[in-house]
Amino acid sequence: MDGLSRRYGTVVALDHLDLTLRPGELVALLGPSGCGKTTTLRLLAGLEDADTGSITVAGKDITRLPASKRDMGMVFQAYSLFPHMTVRDNVAFGLRLRRVSAAERGTRAMEMLELVGLSVQAARYPHQLSGGQQQRVALARALAIQPQVLLLDEPLSALDAKVRAQLRDQIRRIQLEVGITTLFVTHDQEEALAIADRVGVMREGRIEQLASPTEVYSRPATAFVADFVGLSNRLAGEVRGGEVTVRGRTLPLMQPDVPDGQVVALVRPEAVTMASHDEPEAGPLVGMVIAITFLGATSRVTVDLGDATIMAQLPTSDATTLAAGSRVALTIRPDPVLVSADAEAASPEAEEEA
Amino acid sequence: MAAITSVGETPLAAPDKRPVGMQGRRRRRLNLFRYAVFTVFGLFFLVPLLALARWSLEGAKLGSWSLTSWRQIASYSNEGIPPLISTVEITLELAVITSAVMLVLVVPTMIWIRLRVRWLARTMEFLCLLPLTIPAIVLVVGLGPIYNKIAHLSLSTLMLFWVYVILALPYAYRALAAGLNAIDATTLSEAARSLGASWFSVIVRVIMPNMWDAMLNALLLTSALVLGEFTIAFFLLYFNLQVELYSISRNTPNAGVIFSTSTASLLFAFVLLLILSFARRRRRGIPG
Repeated sequence: MDGLSRRYGTVVALDHLDLTLRPGELVALLGPSGCGKTTTLRLLAGLEDADTGSITVAGKDITRLPASKRDMGMVFQAYSLFPHMTVRDNVAFGLRLRRVSAAERGTRAMEMLELVGLSVQAARYPHQLSGGQQQRVALARALAIQPQVLLLDEPLSALDAKVRAQLRDQIRRIQLEVGITTLFVTHDQEEALAIADRVGVMREGRIEQLASPTEVYSRPATAFVADFVGLSNRLAGEVRGGEVTVRGRTLPLMQPDVPDGQVVALVRPEAVTMASHDEPEAGPLVGMVIAITFLGATSRVTVDLGDATIMAQLPTSDATTLAAGSRVALTIRPDPVLVSADAEAASPEAEEEA
Repeated sequence: MAAITSVGETPLAAPDKRPVGMQGRRRRRLNLFRYAVFTVFGLFFLVPLLALARWSLEGAKLGSWSLTSWRQIASYSNEGIPPLISTVEITLELAVITSAVMLVLVVPTMIWIRLRVRWLARTMEFLCLLPLTIPAIVLVVGLGPIYNKIAHLSLSTLMLFWVYVILALPYAYRALAAGLNAIDATTLSEAARSLGASWFSVIVRVIMPNMWDAMLNALLLTSALVLGEFTIAFFLLYFNLQVELYSISRNTPNAGVIFSTSTASLLFAFVLLLILSFARRRRRGIPG
């Protein structure tokens, strides 16, 4: 996709977007609502037209091609199975349109249903299946026509958490098995990081960073990415000679060429640990515990340092020694940090972690 | 002729133990009220119909029973008016043609507007509901000159179907709109398109099959309307069922055949309604 733009009235949904998918890879588009990720997907599918730009698949320009001729499989968020057809007929629908013989249709449909593990349900109707099963049928249906590209529009958003995690891994497994190029749109960063080969973080119609999940997480390109993917502490710091000093600790910089001066450093909660178990003395990283949020294996501890608030992600076994109101000394691991010169607007103090 | 609407289901609370106290009293009073209302309205509608049916089975002497009136449906004939059975036939044909034209015209249009030209939806709704606001007699005044011009072609009564399509439009539209709203037409059509379906396939193979119930509903309403239509046919000088019955009553007041024919057409509409319910139940409870 090259230079794609799309406006709805005065709203710019996509702003000269460039995106290239390599064969067989799964790219996840991640971003807040309204960032343009779904628009990108729909432009690729042909369900909407771009104002400018072009779309090329396997060397062929398909920008002007209608959706029905684009040879792409698409899975929607919900309610996309045809209610008046059985599961098998749903999966075979695309083949029927291509005038495949009835016998071959049946075989192929059953193959696909076995791939997603639902061959037993072939004679049932969509309303008799659970949400997760319906999405698996939708996936089988999209793959039955052997498309060039698989498009997934937030397929897990309508499902409950447990099913979501299982189905997510299953989708990835099937995608790798079939080897199909896939574009996966989601607002859930955990999903994106878990299954994608590359993650594209989008904001206001543009891609802020397109890289592997580990890179997007540990080396975010912009403050928005750092804030959107995982949590960040925003702490005042001072840059001198290629390093930044944050609350008494000197940390290396992710971008080596930042000029000296006052900055806001983005520190991950996992990089903040307990200093020692001795009686904490006063210091820039000593403060009072305000809140402890139990997250399972780890806990997030919010500490009031007097002039700032910091979040630390500690193993629960350590966090249980603390209670609200107790004093604790923290330290920061010397991981490279991202700094920004101004308090750039990502979501402030983003507490939500999808 | 009153179209028989679906029999109201009063939600009858069936408590296994009577709730005591103020809530219990209130609920009992509410139930009593519901029963009372249901009975009163039931009688209001049923008594005249029962009387009609009883009259149709009346013999020569008051109080006797006889099937003569019913047999006369097939045989009745009089000076100056066409035989009864032919008007029955023609009205039934009109009902079929009107329903067919209605479905063929309105269903694809509605689906197309819903999928592709959303901004026209309000306009279509307005146009479709317009005939409701125009009294039949006004329609006659407007249509009169047109039908006068073509009167010399001496077309059959079946030419009334155009008018009836317009007349039935509001009812059919409402029934079809309800069906269309019950499904996520946009997502279904997008899914079908992504699989390679043309717009024709989308409409005929994906959306319409999910609107069967709504279409049957529209069919029922249209047929009921056509069976009972009088004003327009009368003033345009055509002979459909109701005009025929009216003419018979002018010549022979209280002719038994009037009652039997009316009862028969009521029963017919009722049978259509039953078929509709069975068709719905047989579809495994799919919503729509």
